[in-house]
Amino acid sequence: MLAAAGLTMRFGGLTAVADLSFEARAGEITAVIGPNGAGKTTVFNCITGFYKPSEGRIALTHPNGARFALDRMQGHRIASRARVARTFQNIRLFAGMTVLENLLVAQHNALMGASGFSLLAVLGTGRYRAAEAQGREKARHWLDRIGLIDRADAPAGELPYGAQRRLEVARAMCIDPVMLCLDEPAAGLNPRETDVLNNLLLGIRDDGCSLLLIEHDMGVVMRISDHIVVLDHGKKIADGSPAEIRADPAVIAAYLGEGDEDGVAA
Amino acid sequence: MAYAVQQLINGVTLGMIYGLIAVGYTMVYGIIGMINFAHGDIFMIGAFLSLIALLGLASLGITAVPIALALTLIFAAGLAALYGWTVERVAYRPLRGSFRLAPLISAIGMSIVLQNFVQVSQGARVKPLDTMIPGGFQIMETDGFAVRLSWMQIAIAVTTLFILAVFTWLVTRTPLGRRMRACEQDLRMASLLGIDTGLTISVTFVIGAALAAVAGLMFLMYYGVIDFFIGFIAGVKAFTAAVLGGIGSLPGAVLGGLLIGLIEVFWSAYFSVEYKDVAAFAILIVALIFLPTGILGRAEVEKV
Amino acid sequence: MITGRMTGALRDAGLSALIALGLFAPLIGLLTENGEHGLGLRGRPFAVAVVVVLVFLGRLIMLSRAPRTVAARAEGPGLAMRRAGRALAPALLVFALLLPLGGSRYYVDLATLVLTYIMLGWGLNVVVGLAGLLDLGYVAFYAVGAYSYALLAEAFGLGFWTCLPLAGIMAAFAGILLGFPVLRLRGDYLAIVTLAFGEIIRIVLINWVSLTHGPSGITGIPRPTLFGLAFSMDGGAGTFAGFFDIEPETIQRVTFLYYVILALALVTNWFTLRLRRTPLGRAWEALREDETACRSLGINVTNTKLTAFAIGAMFGGFAGAFFATRQAFISPESFTFIESATVLAIVVLGGLGSQLGVALAAIVMVGGLELLRSFLSFLAENLGSDLFAGIANELPLYRMLVFGLALVVVMVLRPRGMVSTRVPTVTLGPA
Repeated sequence: MLAAAGLTMRFGGLTAVADLSFEARAGEITAVIGPNGAGKTTVFNCITGFYKPSEGRIALTHPNGARFALDRMQGHRIASRARVARTFQNIRLFAGMTVLENLLVAQHNALMGASGFSLLAVLGTGRYRAAEAQGREKARHWLDRIGLIDRADAPAGELPYGAQRRLEVARAMCIDPVMLCLDEPAAGLNPRETDVLNNLLLGIRDDGCSLLLIEHDMGVVMRISDHIVVLDHGKKIADGSPAEIRADPAVIAAYLGEGDEDGVAA
Repeated sequence: MAYAVQQLINGVTLGMIYGLIAVGYTMVYGIIGMINFAHGDIFMIGAFLSLIALLGLASLGITAVPIALALTLIFAAGLAALYGWTVERVAYRPLRGSFRLAPLISAIGMSIVLQNFVQVSQGARVKPLDTMIPGGFQIMETDGFAVRLSWMQIAIAVTTLFILAVFTWLVTRTPLGRRMRACEQDLRMASLLGIDTGLTISVTFVIGAALAAVAGLMFLMYYGVIDFFIGFIAGVKAFTAAVLGGIGSLPGAVLGGLLIGLIEVFWSAYFSVEYKDVAAFAILIVALIFLPTGILGRAEVEKV
Repeated sequence: MITGRMTGALRDAGLSALIALGLFAPLIGLLTENGEHGLGLRGRPFAVAVVVVLVFLGRLIMLSRAPRTVAARAEGPGLAMRRAGRALAPALLVFALLLPLGGSRYYVDLATLVLTYIMLGWGLNVVVGLAGLLDLGYVAFYAVGAYSYALLAEAFGLGFWTCLPLAGIMAAFAGILLGFPVLRLRGDYLAIVTLAFGEIIRIVLINWVSLTHGPSGITGIPRPTLFGLAFSMDGGAGTFAGFFDIEPETIQRVTFLYYVILALALVTNWFTLRLRRTPLGRAWEALREDETACRSLGINVTNTKLTAFAIGAMFGGFAGAFFATRQAFISPESFTFIESATVLAIVVLGGLGSQLGVALAAIVMVGGLELLRSFLSFLAENLGSDLFAGIANELPLYRMLVFGLALVVVMVLRPRGMVSTRVPTVTLGPA
């Protein structure tokens, strides 16, 4: 599905990611873990087009066989054409807009097409109204799944933290992605909220969307991942199933060496 | 040839004035990441304060040029610094953490306020001043064209270099400078380490305004005429200089100032005087698009 | 406790007054003016004293008032505005429609001026209020519209109604031309580039004499017609007066122009309000909130900004064409940064994004000040008072001072008025 080969990212003299190769398979949840500063977010930013990698290739293959070279695409095209969606470590909702509006903005490209680049929408033709109704239905579907149907018309910035996290996932899903990239989705959530999120993510996987996630919470990673890639100092040190990773001495050394509290044992 | 040398001399002189103003833009940008639109108007206020001081000293009978200029410099720089401090306190500080456009709009508002305040209080008409440092000497002559270097130009160059030397020492060698550089690196971290960031920011505005006032005095002496509007154009040009040199970089600001001064003078001499401001503005646009980090600036990495 | 606060406040106010003394003693207290021996100084200690006392009292009042909570600041005016807006907007519309029936040329002229600014404000609101792009050179597009019409009319003898769409298209084109390279820039860079662009356009208008006639401007710009009927004073066949068989009077033309700008402004408002509820309008607002998130959702950020810029410019162009036809004369002097600043101040005072707010701000800041000026002149004439005459003469100078202060004060006190008055573009509705 997604294959990175020889990925390298340098900032000035600092090499954040060095010659990294890994694969994320279709229909699976792949987790990228590693101690702080291991280069996880940099990898993410390369995949989603926010950084241009210094070297290496990132290739995405759609279930229908279409191939995309993500390292050479503009940021917004990665979302609109290659259908890779992402969330952010520090939630980036449109805080002043309502929950429903957030979900409709995510359907921008589809609705723009249906509205004749908004001109038909200004004139209020039936075709656009039908498209917008459809967009609202999709939003309603996701609001149901994340349990926010009652807050649809509230400003997104007024939601509790956990709900904002779920809304960001739902918003990303509204672009109909084949791959969803999540940057620490469980950060700051309480155990109950984490459970809800886990179920949401597993549900998304079962619907056929592949997931790639960076996570610090090992409980989440071990429970929901099908495949784990471990980074340390910008290099891959392990790659395998949760059980394999748990037993890998290099991983344990990396975590113990860092003295990370969220260690593998958690 | 001689004509070009003369333009070179004129361009460097003008460039020093722009450079002094540009330092203020670049310092404030470096420390709080905003464009202080009102900075050009602080320069204008500095020029007016200088004019008032010179007239006042003359009416008190202090006419010895070096003494009068030294007193004027201290007076104008001191009061312009007070303006800089007040502007930051009143219009920018309350907005920290506000929405994205707020400081920009407030700065534009402050610029309009300062400009119209001077227009209302001092009148809209231009204020002429007789040359205080006349004369100069001829350094070369070819094809009947004499290249002249005036005492005024020498005075401007010497003053600028002296002020910049003091300023560089201040920033690189003193605890105050270290605090400023720490805030520039990371404002929040600096505040966690016990640096009074509010005070440091205030000091930045004060120094920037004082330098702009020095530039104002030199502008007044060099051109011999000022009005309430000079800050607008000079401000945009100095900002262009800061961008061209690499915003956030102090040597870059001076370098950019010299470049803009030279470009303006050569453009006027060889192409058209009417379009000299267009040339400066066009350079700003081109520089921002093709060279956004400037000559000596660092690339910014977007944090996601 | 109370006395402690009082002395603290007094000390603080005293300090403020001292700073004010430092700031204002030279610039207000010593006026540089041309005397017999060149430039001299004239003392004005009284004016300084007045300002310093005002600062002292102002600071004291500020300190004595209990600080309002953040919530009250955000919610209070917003809800009140929305509730008042529901009744106020239709009332204003009816008033605007009936205004010329009063028959006073002065008020119709003034209202026309106010409506021009309302239209400009609504146009700029698309760019600043909705898309969150600070455009400091909006006057450039106003100028492009005005000169497009004037030059087309001069060169090809085209009429107002033919040129109106062309002027809008030219202005939009200028917006795209400027926007394409610069809209990638960060917000503050964009602001200063638009500022520079506004100045470039003005300098070109002054110096490209063969095209624009330079500083002397273009005269004899044709007036608009009503379905081919001209508002000329000869009253012959084919004129408005001739067709309806009435006495030709200037007020007929003035009234017609008033309804033209009213219609243009209302179309602008209608279009903007509709556009806000389309995917494009929502993308603009999303862009204002978070550009990075927009990019991650597949929105082409540059193109979306470009449409906002172009549409805002187009309305500026329409307003410019109207300005040219109303004045019948244009020169570069009408298109200075002051105009951009005025329109920006109207948009900001109106609460960034609120259509009604923009209209109210224009009415108060443009209409209100002009009414105040004419009232003062009236007093001056009838009472023979030099004081009132002086204030009336200097009022336009103070206008920009007030605008500038207003920008700062609004940002400090209520910067995000727009969020609290925001009406959602879509609601979920029943399943």
